[in-house]
Order: sequence, then structure tokens, then C-alpha cells
Amino acid sequence: MSRRPAAPSPRTHRAASPWLFLLPGLAVVSAFTLYPFLTTVHQAFTDTRTLTGGSWVGLENFRTMLDDEQFAVGLRNSLLYVVMVVPCTVLLPLLLALLVRKQIPGVTFFRAAFYTPVVASVVVVSLIWVWMLDDRGLVNGILAFLGAGPVGFLGDEWLLLFSAMALTVWKGLGYYMIIYLAALANVPPELHEAAAVDGAGAVRRFLSVTVPAVRSTMVLVGALSSMAAFKVFSEVYLLAGPTGGPAGQDTTLVMLVQRVGTGLNGRVGYASALSLVVFAITLVLMLLVLRADRREELR
Amino acid sequence: MKRISGWEKALRYLLLLAVLALTVGPFLWQLSTSLKSTTEDIYTSPPAFLPEHPTLDNYSGVADIVPVWDYALNSLKVAVANVLTNCVGAAMAGYALARLRFRGRKAARLAFVMALLVPLESIIIAQFTTMRDLELNNTLTAVVLPGAVSSLNVLLMRNAFANLPYEIEEAAVIDGANVWQRFVRIGLPAVKGTLAVVAIFAFMGAWDDFLWPLIVLSDSDKFTLTVGLDYLHGTFANNPRLVAAGTIIAVAPLIVMFACLQRYFFRGVGEGAVKG
Repeated sequence: MSRRPAAPSPRTHRAASPWLFLLPGLAVVSAFTLYPFLTTVHQAFTDTRTLTGGSWVGLENFRTMLDDEQFAVGLRNSLLYVVMVVPCTVLLPLLLALLVRKQIPGVTFFRAAFYTPVVASVVVVSLIWVWMLDDRGLVNGILAFLGAGPVGFLGDEWLLLFSAMALTVWKGLGYYMIIYLAALANVPPELHEAAAVDGAGAVRRFLSVTVPAVRSTMVLVGALSSMAAFKVFSEVYLLAGPTGGPAGQDTTLVMLVQRVGTGLNGRVGYASALSLVVFAITLVLMLLVLRADRREELR
Repeated sequence: MKRISGWEKALRYLLLLAVLALTVGPFLWQLSTSLKSTTEDIYTSPPAFLPEHPTLDNYSGVADIVPVWDYALNSLKVAVANVLTNCVGAAMAGYALARLRFRGRKAARLAFVMALLVPLESIIIAQFTTMRDLELNNTLTAVVLPGAVSSLNVLLMRNAFANLPYEIEEAAVIDGANVWQRFVRIGLPAVKGTLAVVAIFAFMGAWDDFLWPLIVLSDSDKFTLTVGLDYLHGTFANNPRLVAAGTIIAVAPLIVMFACLQRYFFRGVGEGAVKG
């Protein structure tokens, strides 16, 4: 970022002007992000319900969580989501970016086409995959044609969760591919050529030239995708239904927040406590990734 | 750059086509399902990729069951409002943060950075109670407001303005242009690229959002398209043709828009990613 002075001096505007410029933005952000955040923190320690204001209950909500089986399931599923999805979103889009990087005829078409799932809304792609993974859908149709199946992707708690993960990876491919493309554009081609002259094969060059060159981008993608994966809602909600699949075993943390905190008798206090857990773990994920990045730089 | 051998080229195109089938295939399959008539078996093995007698019946059929065009109009209103509020609000705030000198500038910037760190998923319940206190629940206004000026967009615009050479405003200052004139006539035209990216993301974000409208909207006549589709799916899950028609209605405008704008889009995203 450039280090120019922020404005001409002497002052070339009235004292109130900057605040008029900032007014719409600050008003929206304060009223609908910062204030709700403070409300969340406060309500997490109360027994507020949708229609009744609550009173202070201290850590009661967090104690409830420890015995809440759905919380355990939600935490497990959300963390599992991170562990399974992140390695795929760090690696697969990088390979894809390498594939669409060379300027060969038609490659811009492929780039744009690969981006289609990113453009389409998560509800649309989820409903498409619900139909594809149906007992009689396209995937099972192909399996049947090959003499296998049918596989009840959406009936089994684990298969359903893995299907949702695959959907998340699939939908994110194009998005992270673009980030990698931008990073790869900064890798000098001479490095590759030198390695090739030294007799390094494609795999060897990938590991010793490409990966080190885009390492900080990999960390960035890891950070973005781990936070997104932990907060997953729509894909699982749409594949599993509002109750979270067989016996609620596919509930994620954000699904639990939505289910607990809404409705006429929503337990707003408890949902706020759950929201704080979501916030805290997201923050921890971010700090972990940032630390990993710093350690790489020291090396 | 090194020339590519024939074999490598063939292999590349083979891989490109395989990924194409994987990424675009599901959309085409959905389109095909939406065009199949009720007399056609949609469960054949091997699967039939082309409809025997293509028909638009499912599109009118889905509109008979749920007011899908009204939902699309609701989504359009929300998306257009979101584009306008984000472009105007983020550009104004970004300009002030980057180009004006005033006491409290750091504090103002900090407010946006802190807001960026709060995941929306962790404050939706409090956003809901805030909207209730404002008596805005179950309105399209409530759908727009929380994201009306996103802090990410403010910071993007701030960076765009900060990268402009300083001299371009100096002449205007000497000519006596006031700060609003400089913002509109000199600042804005110079950051068109970033503004376009903000507009596209604002449109797509609003058109695609699901969790917040699901929470804040309760009357089915107020639904946006995503919430309406979930409702359609829940009610008519046994008729994939209708659900397919509904999803195509939801995705077609976005794909068309993206196809038209993708050149600017990739350029803008690339620039943003490089600058970080």
C-alpha cells in the first residue's frame, strides 16, 4: 500500500464534511453489526426468549451447552467440516489454476465456465445436488448403468455430511482458482525453466517451485475456507432439511443457532451463547492460520 | 514461454473438458430436467440427457404453485437496493477514509475493521431482535439493511482511493472545487473498476443470500427467491421437474449477467487479489 499523506494540507474541506461522508456507512455498520455483536455478548448471559426479555443467568447457558447433545453433534460436524474441506480447497483449486493458466485457445471460456458454480446461489446448487444425489437421480443412474448402487447418499448421516462437504468444495473451486491465478501470475517463469533444465519432472517442479512460490496464498485460501467451512449452514440445511438429517445427526453449529434462536419461543439467550462459541472458534481459526503464515515467513 | 507439445495440449484439453463436465454438467442436467414433460420418464437408466419433447410447461407449472415471479421481483428489489446502498455508502466512506484529513479518522477506520471481524452468522439472532425493536421484521427493508454498506466494501473502496495519485485532485483544489465536487467528478470516475466489483458482489450477495432472509421473513408473499425455492423444495420435493424449473429461474439471470460482465469481473478480482 502506498504511503502518501491522506489529504492535501492545509485542510481543503469543512470540519463536518468527513463525517457526512462516513454517516451512511458508520450508521449501518454500527446499528447492524457492532450493536448486535454487543447485544449478542450481553444476551449470552441471560435467559432471553423471543417474546420475553430475560434476566441475568451468568454462565448458565454455557453449562447447558456441556450437557446438550445437539451442541456436541453441531460442534463435531462443524469442526469435521473444516478438517475435511480445507485440504481440498487449498489443493484442488491450485491444480485447476495451473490447468487454466497457459494461454491456449479457448482457455478464457473454460475459466469463466469453471466459475459458474460460484455465481449460482448456494440454494440453487444445493437443490441441483439434492436431485443429482436422489435415490433415482443422475449419480445413481450412472452408478446403476455401471452395475452398482443405488447408494442412499441423502439417507445416511455420514454420506449426507460428506455429500455436503463435496458440494462445498465443488462450489468453491472456481473462486479459489481465481485467487491462485492472480498469485501464479507473480511467479517468474524462469524458475520453472531453470528447474526443467536441471531435469526436474512436473511433480518435482510443482513441489519445489510452485508450492513455495504460492505458499502465502495457500495460507490465505486456508484461512478463508476454514472460516467459511466452520460456519457452514446452507448446504447442510438444504441437503439434510431443517431438522438436520437422520435423528438430527447432521446439524452444524450455525444450524443449531438458527433452530434454537428463532420461532415464537426461541431461546435467544442460549442461541446467543452458541453464537459466541461460533465467534470464538472462528477467531481461533484465524489466529492459528495467521501464526502458521508468520512461521513460514521466518523460515 | 516454452512451446507446448501436441501430447501435452491434448491432455490439457481432455482435463479441461472433464472439469467442464463436472462444473457445468449439473446445471445442464437441471435445465434438461426442467424441460421434460410429465409424460416423460425422468428416471431412465441410462439417464437421458436430452428431453424427448422439450416443453415449458414446468415453468408455468411452478408459477401456479408458488408465486415464483413475485419472489424473483422481491429478490431483484433487494439486490438492486443492495447495489445502490453499497456503491454509494462504501464509496463515500472509502473516500473520506482515504482522502480527507480529520480528527477521528483512525477510530472510524477501526470501526469498519472490527465490523469485518464479526462473522454475520454469529450475530443473526441479535440482528433479528434489533429489527424487531425497529418494527422492521418481515419487510424487504430488513433484508437489505444489515448488508446495506458492508465494511469489506468500505475498505476495498478506501484502498482504491488511496492508490490514486495525489496530483489529480490538486488542480481541482486550486480551482476551488469543494470536497463533494472532487469526490463526484474526480474521485469516482477514477475508481470505476473497483466500483464495478463492489456492484457485482453486492448484487450476487443479495440475490444469493439465504440464512438472513430465512430468519427475518415470515410471510410467504415477502419471500425472496432463495427462501421461496427452499419452500418449493420442501412442499414439492417429489416433483423434481418443478423444482428444476424454479432453480433455473433463479440462476439464469445471474449466469447471463456474469457471462456479459466476466471480462471486467476477472480483471477486477485479479487486481484486488494482487493488491491484497
